[in-house]
Amino acid sequence: MIRTENLTKKFAETLAVDRLNLEVREGEVFGFLGPNGAGKTTTVRMLTCLIRPSGGAAWVNGFRVGAEDMNIRRTTGILTETPGLYDNLSAERNLQIYANLYEVKDVVGQVEKYLRMLGLWERRQDEVGTFSKGMKQKLAIARALLHEPRVLFLDEPTAALDPEAAHLVREFIAELREEGRTIFLCTHNLDEADRLCDRIAVFKTHLLVVDTPAQLRSKIFGRKVVFHLRTAEQAMAQSLQKYAWVKDVQMVDNKLVVTLDDPEAHNPEIVRTLVGMAADIQFVGELRHSLEDVYLRLVQGN
Amino acid sequence: MKKISTIIKKEWAQVFKNRMVLFTVIFLPLLFTAMPLIILSLMRNSGAGDLTSDMPAQFSNLCPQDMSGGECFQVYLLTQFVLLFMLMPLIIPVNIAAYSIVGEKTTHSLEPLLATPITTAELLTGKNLAAATPAILATWTGFLIFISGASLIVSSPQVIRTLLEPMWLLAIGLVGPLLSVLAVNFSIMVSSRVNDPRVAEQLSALVILPILALFFGQISGLFFINRRIILLIAVALAVLDGIMIYLAVRLFQRETILTRWK
Repeated sequence: MIRTENLTKKFAETLAVDRLNLEVREGEVFGFLGPNGAGKTTTVRMLTCLIRPSGGAAWVNGFRVGAEDMNIRRTTGILTETPGLYDNLSAERNLQIYANLYEVKDVVGQVEKYLRMLGLWERRQDEVGTFSKGMKQKLAIARALLHEPRVLFLDEPTAALDPEAAHLVREFIAELREEGRTIFLCTHNLDEADRLCDRIAVFKTHLLVVDTPAQLRSKIFGRKVVFHLRTAEQAMAQSLQKYAWVKDVQMVDNKLVVTLDDPEAHNPEIVRTLVGMAADIQFVGELRHSLEDVYLRLVQGN
Repeated sequence: MKKISTIIKKEWAQVFKNRMVLFTVIFLPLLFTAMPLIILSLMRNSGAGDLTSDMPAQFSNLCPQDMSGGECFQVYLLTQFVLLFMLMPLIIPVNIAAYSIVGEKTTHSLEPLLATPITTAELLTGKNLAAATPAILATWTGFLIFISGASLIVSSPQVIRTLLEPMWLLAIGLVGPLLSVLAVNFSIMVSSRVNDPRVAEQLSALVILPILALFFGQISGLFFINRRIILLIAVALAVLDGIMIYLAVRLFQRETILTRWK
């Protein structure tokens, strides 16, 4: 649905995006993570034909950026960093304007559909300036969906929202994924990316890594299983280290933290070994690194 | 066409909710229409009919032979007032256009707007018409009221006939709209190029200077507007408008506007 080949953007002497190569599949939620100034918004702007790339090529919905911009605009929706609504017009009027600009056939029907879907129907006649940030964000999402785009670009959709409003927006994004839309999600919220995204790209002017959240954790930190014992002994740790598939064992208080590639395959053997050494196993659990740990490791270059 | 009409309706819905702009569109034509009528009325009531001594000497030569000194002065006065109706199509659209572009900046609404399948030409045509139409209508309405009012106040039909000369009808009917188009495109052009929207508003206001020069030039007797001058102005404006429209579209670079305006 979205493909870039060495996509590059320079502003005077500043390199904002450096030879970006990406492929976003149909129907997936693709997280685009990176620190402030990493070039995320610039990338979205290039892919939505708002600014021209300095080099490379990109295709969205099969249309080439720079050559078929109108087709790209017709078939994509964008939620910009700030909602950019007309505050002194009603919610309904805001959507009607965009429905007309997107050449929607059933303007009245589509506007009603999305106002109802996002819980704004009762407030449709109210000026948008009276809306809360969450309501404005929902209205901006509705605006991006009026023409039923297959590809949706969401730039920081939950930034500056309170937890409740952010939760509502996230739920709605999850619904959109269920509908099979392709979503390109720029976010700083790593928990959000972890929950919503099928795959994640970590980006800082150039692409650092692309993978599923689980694979990223595994690649960066490996998978760690924690064995909670009544009493842990150094001998137990040493006996586990003899296995070739055990990458690391650490004893922390009465816990053994074992790094493995494939815990599902090797945990039973570890349990048998520990029981054989008369260990009392209280719990076994996987130690999950947060996506934040992965992200920080990547962007800080560790 | 639907996109252009959508832009026009959007602009009007937004702009006329701004009190300052609404004030300009309503109050200015009212003022420019009422002020000359009040002055004419006061002059008639005070009996200050013949003030030819206060009139540039060259102007009396332009008056028909059969016109009295008092009537000639009235023509002189009305001629100055008519120039006010050429200021209106400049001032009103500058306010609307500056607000319409700057408004997009302050609400951050330009980015989602430019992401829609609208061409720059469609967008600017919509903004042009949205800013110029109210100014032209207000000017024409004000002028009609002015003529009607003047014909009630001024007793000489010969004086009123001078107001209905093709020269003035051309000035109000054609030069006025051409001035509006000039003002709007100048405003759009400036707004597209400067970083600070406030600077855009201030620079856009410069477009009224040539008409002010015309106004003061005539008052001071440097020259007197005649049919030839109006025709020349109309032709010059038509050419200038064409250049301005071309430049406004060329200079309205989406990327520059999006990346410069912070």
